[in-house]
Amino acid sequence: MTQDTLQHRAPFQAVKISEHVYWVGAIDWKIRDFHGYATERGTTYNAFLILADKITLIDTVKAPFMDEMMARIASVIDPAQIDYIISNHAEMDHSGALPAVIRAVKPEAVYASTMGVKALADHFHLDEAITPVKDGASLSLGNLHVSFYETRMLHWPDSMFTYLHEEAMLFSNDAFGMHLASSERFDDELDAPLLLQETEKYYANILLPFSHLVLRLQEKLDGLSLDIGMIAPDHGPIRRSGIAAVLENYARWARQAPAAKVLIVYDTMWESTARMARAIEEGVTAAGVMAKLMPLGASHRSEIATELLEAGALVVGSPTLNNNLYPTIADVLTYLRGLKRQNLVGAAFGSYGWSGEAMSQLNETLAAMKIELVSDGIKVKYVPDADALAHCYALGQQVAEAVLEKIRSHAS
Amino acid sequence: MTSYECTLCGYVYDPQVGDLDNNIPAGTVFEDLPDDWTCPECGAGKEDFTPAE
Repeated sequence: MTQDTLQHRAPFQAVKISEHVYWVGAIDWKIRDFHGYATERGTTYNAFLILADKITLIDTVKAPFMDEMMARIASVIDPAQIDYIISNHAEMDHSGALPAVIRAVKPEAVYASTMGVKALADHFHLDEAITPVKDGASLSLGNLHVSFYETRMLHWPDSMFTYLHEEAMLFSNDAFGMHLASSERFDDELDAPLLLQETEKYYANILLPFSHLVLRLQEKLDGLSLDIGMIAPDHGPIRRSGIAAVLENYARWARQAPAAKVLIVYDTMWESTARMARAIEEGVTAAGVMAKLMPLGASHRSEIATELLEAGALVVGSPTLNNNLYPTIADVLTYLRGLKRQNLVGAAFGSYGWSGEAMSQLNETLAAMKIELVSDGIKVKYVPDADALAHCYALGQQVAEAVLEKIRSHAS
Repeated sequence: MTSYECTLCGYVYDPQVGDLDNNIPAGTVFEDLPDDWTCPECGAGKEDFTPAE
Protein backbone atom coordinates (compact mmCIF):
# COMPACT_ATOMS: atom_id res chain seq x y z
CA MET A 1 0.00 0.00 0.00
CA THR A 2 1.36 3.40 -0.90
CA GLN A 3 0.47 6.82 0.33
CA ASP A 4 -1.25 7.51 -3.02
CA THR A 5 -3.97 4.96 -2.37
CA LEU A 6 -4.83 6.74 0.85
CA GLN A 7 -5.14 10.23 -0.57
CA HIS A 8 -8.95 10.39 -0.58
CA ARG A 9 -9.24 9.48 3.08
CA ALA A 10 -9.36 11.92 5.97
CA PRO A 11 -5.86 13.16 6.75
CA PHE A 12 -5.46 10.95 9.80
CA GLN A 13 -2.12 11.51 11.53
CA ALA A 14 0.01 9.30 13.73
CA VAL A 15 0.60 10.78 17.17
CA LYS A 16 4.14 10.64 18.49
CA ILE A 17 4.07 9.41 22.09
CA SER A 18 7.80 8.86 22.73
CA GLU A 19 11.06 9.07 20.86
CA HIS A 20 10.37 5.93 18.80
CA VAL A 21 6.69 5.13 19.31
CA TYR A 22 3.63 6.47 17.52
CA TRP A 23 -0.04 5.90 18.29
CA VAL A 24 -1.71 4.74 15.06
CA GLY A 25 -5.07 3.54 16.36
CA ALA A 26 -8.65 4.53 15.63
CA ILE A 27 -11.27 6.52 17.53
CA ASP A 28 -14.79 5.06 17.66
CA TRP A 29 -16.98 8.00 18.70
CA LYS A 30 -20.19 6.16 17.91
CA ILE A 31 -20.18 2.78 19.66
CA ARG A 32 -22.64 2.57 22.56
CA ASP A 33 -23.03 -1.20 22.99
CA PHE A 34 -19.78 -3.12 23.28
CA HIS A 35 -20.95 -6.75 23.52
CA GLY A 36 -23.42 -5.80 26.20
CA TYR A 37 -21.24 -3.22 27.96
CA ALA A 38 -22.73 0.28 27.66
CA THR A 39 -20.01 2.50 26.21
CA GLU A 40 -21.67 5.89 26.57
CA ARG A 41 -18.44 7.68 25.76
CA GLY A 42 -17.36 5.54 22.82
CA THR A 43 -13.92 3.95 22.74
CA THR A 44 -10.59 3.80 20.94
CA TYR A 45 -8.80 0.85 19.39
CA ASN A 46 -5.16 1.57 20.04
CA ALA A 47 -2.38 0.34 17.80
CA PHE A 48 1.24 1.38 18.18
CA LEU A 49 4.07 1.71 15.71
CA ILE A 50 7.65 1.36 16.94
CA LEU A 51 10.08 3.04 14.56
CA ALA A 52 13.07 0.84 15.37
CA ASP A 53 15.53 -0.71 12.90
CA LYS A 54 12.86 -3.38 12.62
CA ILE A 55 9.67 -1.38 12.24
CA THR A 56 7.05 -3.00 14.45
CA LEU A 57 3.29 -2.66 14.71
CA ILE A 58 1.70 -3.63 18.02
CA ASP A 59 -1.91 -4.80 17.63
CA THR A 60 -4.31 -3.52 15.00
CA VAL A 61 -7.89 -2.23 15.16
CA LYS A 62 -11.45 -3.44 14.65
CA ALA A 63 -11.85 -4.35 10.98
CA PRO A 64 -14.02 -1.39 9.85
CA PHE A 65 -11.35 1.01 11.18
CA MET A 66 -8.47 -0.42 9.17
CA ASP A 67 -8.34 2.54 6.76
CA GLU A 68 -8.00 4.96 9.64
CA MET A 69 -5.09 2.99 11.11
CA MET A 70 -3.35 2.56 7.75
CA ALA A 71 -3.67 6.29 7.04
CA ARG A 72 -2.11 7.13 10.40
CA ILE A 73 0.74 4.70 9.70
CA ALA A 74 1.18 6.18 6.23
CA SER A 75 1.55 9.65 7.77
CA VAL A 76 4.97 8.56 9.10
CA ILE A 77 6.16 5.62 6.95
CA ASP A 78 5.10 3.57 3.98
CA PRO A 79 3.16 0.71 5.65
CA ALA A 80 5.03 -1.78 3.43
CA GLN A 81 8.12 -0.99 5.53
CA ILE A 82 6.63 -2.74 8.58
CA ASP A 83 8.87 -5.69 9.48
CA TYR A 84 7.11 -7.18 12.48
CA ILE A 85 3.58 -7.27 13.82
CA ILE A 86 2.96 -8.23 17.45
CA SER A 87 -0.52 -9.37 18.46
CA ASN A 88 -0.96 -8.88 22.20
CA HIS A 89 -4.64 -9.85 22.14
CA ALA A 90 -6.65 -11.89 19.63
CA GLU A 91 -10.05 -10.31 20.32
CA MET A 92 -11.45 -8.83 17.13
CA ASP A 93 -11.41 -5.20 18.26
CA HIS A 94 -7.61 -5.55 18.09
CA SER A 95 -7.13 -8.30 15.53
CA GLY A 96 -10.00 -7.66 13.12
CA ALA A 97 -7.76 -5.76 10.71
CA LEU A 98 -4.82 -8.15 11.19
CA PRO A 99 -5.40 -10.51 8.22
CA ALA A 100 -5.80 -7.62 5.79
CA VAL A 101 -2.81 -5.80 7.26
CA ILE A 102 -0.66 -8.93 6.90
CA ARG A 103 -1.71 -9.22 3.28
CA ALA A 104 -1.12 -5.52 2.60
CA VAL A 105 2.31 -5.11 4.23
CA LYS A 106 3.72 -8.66 4.04
CA PRO A 107 5.70 -8.44 7.28
CA GLU A 108 8.76 -10.56 7.90
CA ALA A 109 7.12 -12.06 11.00
CA VAL A 110 3.95 -11.88 13.09
CA TYR A 111 4.28 -12.72 16.78
CA ALA A 112 1.71 -13.80 19.36
CA SER A 113 1.64 -15.84 22.57
CA THR A 114 1.27 -19.61 22.24
CA MET A 115 -2.44 -19.33 22.95
CA GLY A 116 -2.59 -16.27 20.70
CA VAL A 117 -1.35 -18.34 17.76
CA LYS A 118 -4.19 -20.80 18.38
CA ALA A 119 -6.80 -18.09 18.90
CA LEU A 120 -5.80 -16.23 15.74
CA ALA A 121 -5.92 -19.50 13.80
CA ASP A 122 -9.42 -20.20 15.15
CA HIS A 123 -10.56 -16.69 14.23
CA PHE A 124 -9.04 -16.13 10.81
CA HIS A 125 -7.83 -19.48 9.44
CA LEU A 126 -4.80 -17.70 8.00
CA ASP A 127 -2.37 -19.15 5.48
CA GLU A 128 0.44 -16.99 6.85
CA ALA A 129 2.34 -18.39 9.84
CA ILE A 130 2.19 -16.68 13.22
CA THR A 131 5.29 -17.18 15.37
CA PRO A 132 4.63 -18.13 19.00
CA VAL A 133 6.64 -16.33 21.68
CA LYS A 134 7.17 -17.75 25.15
CA ASP A 135 6.56 -15.98 28.43
CA GLY A 136 9.62 -13.86 29.24
CA ALA A 137 11.12 -14.14 25.73
CA SER A 138 12.84 -11.15 24.16
CA LEU A 139 12.95 -9.94 20.58
CA SER A 140 15.54 -7.65 19.08
CA LEU A 141 14.25 -4.83 16.90
CA GLY A 142 17.85 -3.88 16.02
CA ASN A 143 18.51 -0.72 18.00
CA LEU A 144 15.67 -1.47 20.46
CA HIS A 145 14.33 -4.62 22.09
CA VAL A 146 11.08 -5.88 23.56
CA SER A 147 10.12 -8.65 25.98
CA PHE A 148 6.87 -10.58 26.13
CA TYR A 149 4.96 -11.50 29.29
CA GLU A 150 1.95 -13.77 29.15
CA THR A 151 -1.12 -12.52 31.01
CA ARG A 152 -3.32 -15.57 30.50
CA MET A 153 -7.01 -14.98 31.16
CA LEU A 154 -6.43 -11.27 31.63
CA HIS A 155 -8.74 -11.38 30.05
CA TRP A 156 -8.43 -14.04 27.32
CA PRO A 157 -6.12 -17.07 27.10
CA ASP A 158 -4.00 -15.31 24.47
CA SER A 159 -3.48 -12.01 26.30
CA MET A 160 0.11 -10.84 26.72
CA PHE A 161 2.12 -7.73 27.52
CA THR A 162 4.93 -6.41 25.35
CA TYR A 163 7.54 -4.28 27.10
CA LEU A 164 9.81 -1.91 25.21
CA HIS A 165 12.93 -1.72 27.37
CA GLU A 166 14.63 1.39 25.97
CA GLU A 167 11.51 3.52 26.50
CA ALA A 168 10.17 1.83 29.65
CA MET A 169 6.86 1.40 27.86
CA LEU A 170 4.40 -1.37 28.70
CA PHE A 171 1.96 -2.32 25.94
CA SER A 172 -0.64 -3.89 28.20
CA ASN A 173 -3.39 -5.08 25.81
CA ASP A 174 -6.77 -4.60 27.54
CA ALA A 175 -5.37 -4.29 31.08
CA PHE A 176 -5.37 -0.76 32.53
CA GLY A 177 -7.55 0.44 29.66
CA MET A 178 -10.98 2.02 29.45
CA HIS A 179 -13.70 2.70 26.93
CA LEU A 180 -13.37 6.40 26.25
CA ALA A 181 -13.25 8.13 22.88
CA SER A 182 -11.19 11.31 22.99
CA SER A 183 -8.96 13.37 20.75
CA GLU A 184 -6.50 13.58 23.64
CA ARG A 185 -4.03 10.70 23.72
CA PHE A 186 -2.64 11.00 27.26
CA ASP A 187 -4.28 10.53 30.64
CA ASP A 188 -3.04 13.85 32.03
CA GLU A 189 -4.84 15.72 29.25
CA LEU A 190 -8.20 14.42 30.50
CA ASP A 191 -10.36 14.93 33.57
CA ALA A 192 -9.07 12.68 36.39
CA PRO A 193 -12.48 11.74 37.93
CA LEU A 194 -13.72 10.75 34.46
CA LEU A 195 -10.70 8.51 33.96
CA LEU A 196 -11.18 6.86 37.35
CA GLN A 197 -14.87 6.25 36.62
CA GLU A 198 -14.18 4.65 33.23
CA THR A 199 -11.20 2.64 34.56
CA GLU A 200 -13.43 1.32 37.35
CA LYS A 201 -16.20 0.44 34.91
CA TYR A 202 -13.74 -1.41 32.70
CA TYR A 203 -12.33 -3.38 35.61
CA ALA A 204 -15.79 -4.25 36.92
CA ASN A 205 -17.11 -5.47 33.58
CA ILE A 206 -14.05 -7.09 32.02
CA LEU A 207 -11.44 -8.03 34.63
CA LEU A 208 -13.37 -8.66 37.84
CA PRO A 209 -13.89 -12.42 37.31
CA PHE A 210 -10.12 -12.82 36.97
CA SER A 211 -9.23 -10.83 40.09
CA HIS A 212 -7.12 -13.64 41.57
CA LEU A 213 -4.99 -13.47 38.42
CA VAL A 214 -4.70 -9.69 38.70
CA LEU A 215 -3.18 -10.15 42.15
CA ARG A 216 -0.85 -12.83 40.80
CA LEU A 217 0.14 -10.60 37.87
CA GLN A 218 1.00 -7.78 40.23
CA GLU A 219 3.32 -10.09 42.14
CA LYS A 220 4.89 -11.09 38.85
CA LEU A 221 5.37 -7.45 37.81
CA ASP A 222 6.88 -6.65 41.21
CA GLY A 223 9.25 -9.59 40.77
CA LEU A 224 10.33 -8.39 37.32
CA SER A 225 11.03 -4.89 38.69
CA LEU A 226 10.23 -3.35 35.32
CA ASP A 227 10.64 0.37 35.16
CA ILE A 228 7.22 1.42 33.84
CA GLY A 229 7.32 4.96 32.55
CA MET A 230 4.28 4.65 30.33
CA ILE A 231 1.42 2.18 29.98
CA ALA A 232 -0.03 1.91 26.50
CA PRO A 233 -3.30 -0.05 26.73
CA ASP A 234 -5.46 -1.16 23.79
CA HIS A 235 -8.38 1.13 24.76
CA GLY A 236 -8.50 4.69 26.02
CA PRO A 237 -5.71 7.13 26.83
CA ILE A 238 -2.05 6.25 27.30
CA ARG A 239 -1.03 6.44 30.93
CA ARG A 240 2.05 8.47 31.76
CA SER A 241 0.78 10.00 35.01
CA GLY A 242 -0.64 8.23 38.01
CA ILE A 243 0.69 4.80 37.04
CA ALA A 244 1.16 3.89 40.71
CA ALA A 245 -2.45 4.91 41.39
CA VAL A 246 -3.91 2.69 38.69
CA LEU A 247 -1.85 -0.27 39.95
CA GLU A 248 -3.09 0.42 43.49
CA ASN A 249 -6.70 0.66 42.32
CA TYR A 250 -6.38 -2.64 40.46
CA ALA A 251 -5.00 -4.32 43.59
CA ARG A 252 -7.83 -2.90 45.73
CA TRP A 253 -10.55 -3.94 43.29
CA ALA A 254 -8.97 -7.39 42.94
CA ARG A 255 -9.12 -7.93 46.71
CA GLN A 256 -12.90 -7.34 46.55
CA ALA A 257 -13.29 -6.20 50.13
CA PRO A 258 -16.89 -5.48 51.16
CA ALA A 259 -17.75 -1.76 51.31
CA ALA A 260 -20.48 0.09 53.19
CA LYS A 261 -22.90 0.32 50.30
CA VAL A 262 -26.06 -1.68 49.63
CA LEU A 263 -27.13 -2.04 46.03
CA ILE A 264 -30.86 -2.57 45.56
CA VAL A 265 -31.59 -3.83 42.05
CA TYR A 266 -35.21 -4.34 41.06
CA ASP A 267 -37.85 -4.18 38.41
CA THR A 268 -41.56 -3.75 38.89
CA MET A 269 -44.85 -4.38 37.08
CA TRP A 270 -47.40 -2.36 39.08
CA GLU A 271 -45.08 -0.47 41.46
CA SER A 272 -45.44 -2.99 44.30
CA THR A 273 -41.85 -4.28 44.10
CA ALA A 274 -40.72 -0.66 43.65
CA ARG A 275 -42.45 0.38 46.89
CA MET A 276 -40.78 -2.50 48.69
CA ALA A 277 -37.42 -1.33 47.30
CA ARG A 278 -37.97 2.19 48.67
CA ALA A 279 -38.84 0.80 52.11
CA ILE A 280 -35.68 -1.36 52.13
CA GLU A 281 -33.65 1.69 51.09
CA GLU A 282 -35.00 3.63 54.10
CA GLY A 283 -34.06 0.78 56.43
CA VAL A 284 -30.52 0.61 55.02
CA THR A 285 -29.88 4.34 55.40
CA ALA A 286 -31.46 4.38 58.89
CA ALA A 287 -28.79 1.85 59.88
CA GLY A 288 -26.11 4.22 58.66
CA VAL A 289 -25.13 2.56 55.39
CA MET A 290 -25.34 4.05 51.91
CA ALA A 291 -28.08 2.63 49.70
CA LYS A 292 -28.18 2.82 45.95
CA LEU A 293 -31.35 1.95 44.08
CA MET A 294 -30.95 0.66 40.57
CA PRO A 295 -34.34 0.24 38.92
CA LEU A 296 -33.98 -1.72 35.71
CA GLY A 297 -35.02 0.26 32.71
CA ALA A 298 -33.10 3.18 34.23
CA SER A 299 -29.94 1.16 34.96
CA HIS A 300 -27.85 -0.74 32.46
CA ARG A 301 -26.38 -4.09 33.55
CA SER A 302 -22.86 -2.76 33.09
CA GLU A 303 -23.64 0.22 35.38
CA ILE A 304 -24.92 -2.18 38.01
CA ALA A 305 -21.73 -4.24 37.71
CA THR A 306 -19.70 -1.07 38.20
CA GLU A 307 -21.65 -0.07 41.32
CA LEU A 308 -21.20 -3.57 42.72
CA LEU A 309 -17.41 -3.32 42.51
CA GLU A 310 -17.28 -1.25 45.68
CA ALA A 311 -20.36 -2.47 47.55
CA GLY A 312 -21.07 -4.88 50.38
CA ALA A 313 -24.55 -6.15 49.56
CA LEU A 314 -26.74 -6.99 46.62
CA VAL A 315 -30.47 -6.94 47.32
CA VAL A 316 -32.62 -8.00 44.38
CA GLY A 317 -36.34 -7.49 43.85
CA SER A 318 -38.40 -9.20 41.17
CA PRO A 319 -42.08 -9.59 40.48
CA THR A 320 -43.22 -13.06 39.46
CA LEU A 321 -44.28 -13.08 35.82
CA ASN A 322 -45.85 -16.27 34.45
CA ASN A 323 -44.25 -18.40 37.19
CA ASN A 324 -40.79 -16.95 36.61
CA LEU A 325 -38.35 -14.20 37.42
CA TYR A 326 -38.99 -10.96 35.60
CA PRO A 327 -36.88 -11.21 32.39
CA THR A 328 -34.86 -8.03 33.03
CA ILE A 329 -33.83 -9.39 36.43
CA ALA A 330 -32.81 -12.72 34.92
CA ASP A 331 -30.66 -10.76 32.44
CA VAL A 332 -28.78 -8.77 35.04
CA LEU A 333 -28.32 -11.74 37.37
CA THR A 334 -26.89 -13.87 34.57
CA TYR A 335 -24.47 -11.06 33.83
CA LEU A 336 -23.47 -10.48 37.47
CA ARG A 337 -23.12 -14.19 38.14
CA GLY A 338 -20.42 -14.39 35.46
CA LEU A 339 -18.51 -11.50 37.04
CA LYS A 340 -18.18 -13.43 40.35
CA ARG A 341 -18.01 -10.53 42.80
CA GLN A 342 -16.87 -12.05 46.12
CA ASN A 343 -17.60 -11.16 49.75
CA LEU A 344 -21.18 -9.92 49.44
CA VAL A 345 -24.25 -10.38 51.59
CA GLY A 346 -27.73 -10.11 50.12
CA ALA A 347 -31.44 -10.73 50.16
CA ALA A 348 -34.40 -11.06 47.82
CA PHE A 349 -37.84 -9.49 47.69
CA GLY A 350 -40.77 -9.03 45.35
CA SER A 351 -44.46 -8.90 44.74
CA TYR A 352 -46.50 -11.70 43.21
CA GLY A 353 -50.11 -12.47 42.36
CA TRP A 354 -50.60 -16.21 42.80
CA SER A 355 -47.68 -18.65 42.60
CA GLY A 356 -44.69 -16.39 43.50
CA GLU A 357 -41.82 -18.48 42.12
CA ALA A 358 -39.54 -15.45 41.67
CA MET A 359 -38.56 -15.47 45.36
CA SER A 360 -37.17 -19.01 45.38
CA GLN A 361 -35.50 -18.45 42.01
CA LEU A 362 -33.83 -15.30 43.36
CA ASN A 363 -32.66 -17.07 46.50
CA GLU A 364 -31.25 -19.95 44.47
CA THR A 365 -29.44 -17.62 42.08
CA LEU A 366 -28.00 -15.43 44.84
CA ALA A 367 -26.82 -18.55 46.69
CA ALA A 368 -25.22 -19.87 43.51
CA MET A 369 -23.38 -16.54 43.27
CA LYS A 370 -22.01 -17.29 46.77
CA ILE A 371 -23.82 -14.29 48.22
CA GLU A 372 -24.61 -14.83 51.91
CA LEU A 373 -28.36 -14.46 52.32
CA VAL A 374 -29.31 -12.58 55.49
CA SER A 375 -32.92 -13.84 55.40
CA ASP A 376 -35.33 -15.95 53.39
CA GLY A 377 -36.49 -12.75 51.70
CA ILE A 378 -39.85 -11.03 51.62
CA LYS A 379 -42.62 -11.76 49.17
CA VAL A 380 -45.82 -9.81 49.13
CA LYS A 381 -49.11 -10.79 47.50
CA TYR A 382 -50.17 -8.12 45.01
CA VAL A 383 -49.66 -4.82 46.86
CA PRO A 384 -47.68 -4.26 50.09
CA ASP A 385 -49.58 -2.90 53.09
CA ALA A 386 -48.06 -0.95 55.99
CA ASP A 387 -47.00 -4.15 57.76
CA ALA A 388 -45.28 -5.50 54.69
CA LEU A 389 -43.44 -2.22 54.15
CA ALA A 390 -42.34 -2.27 57.82
CA HIS A 391 -40.90 -5.73 57.18
CA CYS A 392 -39.06 -4.37 54.16
CA TYR A 393 -37.68 -1.52 56.27
CA ALA A 394 -36.48 -4.06 58.85
CA LEU A 395 -34.90 -6.14 56.08
CA GLY A 396 -32.99 -3.05 54.97
CA GLN A 397 -31.68 -2.57 58.50
CA GLN A 398 -30.74 -6.24 58.73
CA VAL A 399 -28.82 -6.12 55.45
CA ALA A 400 -27.00 -2.94 56.52
CA GLU A 401 -25.98 -4.52 59.81
CA ALA A 402 -24.80 -7.65 58.02
CA VAL A 403 -22.67 -5.49 55.72
CA LEU A 404 -21.05 -3.71 58.65
CA GLU A 405 -20.37 -7.07 60.31
CA LYS A 406 -18.95 -8.42 57.05
CA ILE A 407 -16.61 -5.41 56.80
CA ARG A 408 -15.44 -5.97 60.39
CA SER A 409 -14.81 -9.69 59.91
CA HIS A 410 -13.11 -9.13 56.54
CA ALA A 411 -10.73 -6.56 58.03
CA SER A 412 -9.74 -8.78 60.96
CA MET B 1 -12.02 -40.41 39.81
CA THR B 2 -11.82 -36.72 40.66
CA SER B 3 -12.40 -33.96 38.12
CA TYR B 4 -10.08 -30.96 38.22
CA GLU B 5 -11.00 -27.38 37.36
CA CYS B 6 -8.70 -24.81 35.76
CA THR B 7 -8.58 -21.81 38.08
CA LEU B 8 -7.68 -19.56 35.19
CA CYS B 9 -10.48 -20.22 32.73
CA GLY B 10 -12.93 -22.66 34.35
CA TYR B 11 -12.28 -25.67 32.06
CA VAL B 12 -12.95 -28.94 33.88
CA TYR B 13 -10.74 -31.98 33.26
CA ASP B 14 -12.95 -35.04 33.54
CA PRO B 15 -10.83 -38.21 33.79
CA GLN B 16 -13.73 -40.24 32.41
CA VAL B 17 -13.51 -38.21 29.20
CA GLY B 18 -9.77 -37.49 29.04
CA ASP B 19 -8.42 -34.93 26.58
CA LEU B 20 -8.58 -36.74 23.25
CA ASP B 21 -7.40 -33.73 21.21
CA ASN B 22 -4.11 -33.97 23.08
CA ASN B 23 -3.81 -37.76 23.08
CA ILE B 24 -4.98 -38.26 26.66
CA PRO B 25 -7.26 -41.32 26.64
CA ALA B 26 -10.44 -41.56 28.67
CA GLY B 27 -9.76 -43.02 32.09
CA THR B 28 -6.54 -41.07 32.72
CA VAL B 29 -6.59 -39.68 36.25
CA PHE B 30 -5.40 -36.10 36.67
CA GLU B 31 -2.30 -37.17 38.59
CA ASP B 32 -1.19 -39.30 35.64
CA LEU B 33 -1.34 -36.47 33.11
CA PRO B 34 2.14 -35.61 31.79
CA ASP B 35 3.89 -32.77 33.63
CA ASP B 36 3.87 -30.67 30.48
CA TRP B 37 0.13 -31.14 29.89
CA THR B 38 -1.65 -27.81 29.75
CA CYS B 39 -5.25 -26.67 29.87
CA PRO B 40 -6.62 -27.21 26.34
CA GLU B 41 -8.63 -23.98 26.58
CA CYS B 42 -6.23 -21.46 28.06
CA GLY B 43 -2.80 -23.09 28.28
CA ALA B 44 -2.53 -23.04 32.10
CA GLY B 45 -0.21 -25.61 33.66
CA LYS B 46 -1.30 -28.48 35.94
CA GLU B 47 -0.40 -26.40 38.97
CA ASP B 48 -3.30 -24.07 38.15
CA PHE B 49 -5.88 -26.84 38.58
CA THR B 50 -7.82 -27.63 41.75
CA PRO B 51 -10.18 -30.53 42.51
CA ALA B 52 -13.64 -29.60 41.21
CA GLU B 53 -16.43 -29.21 43.77
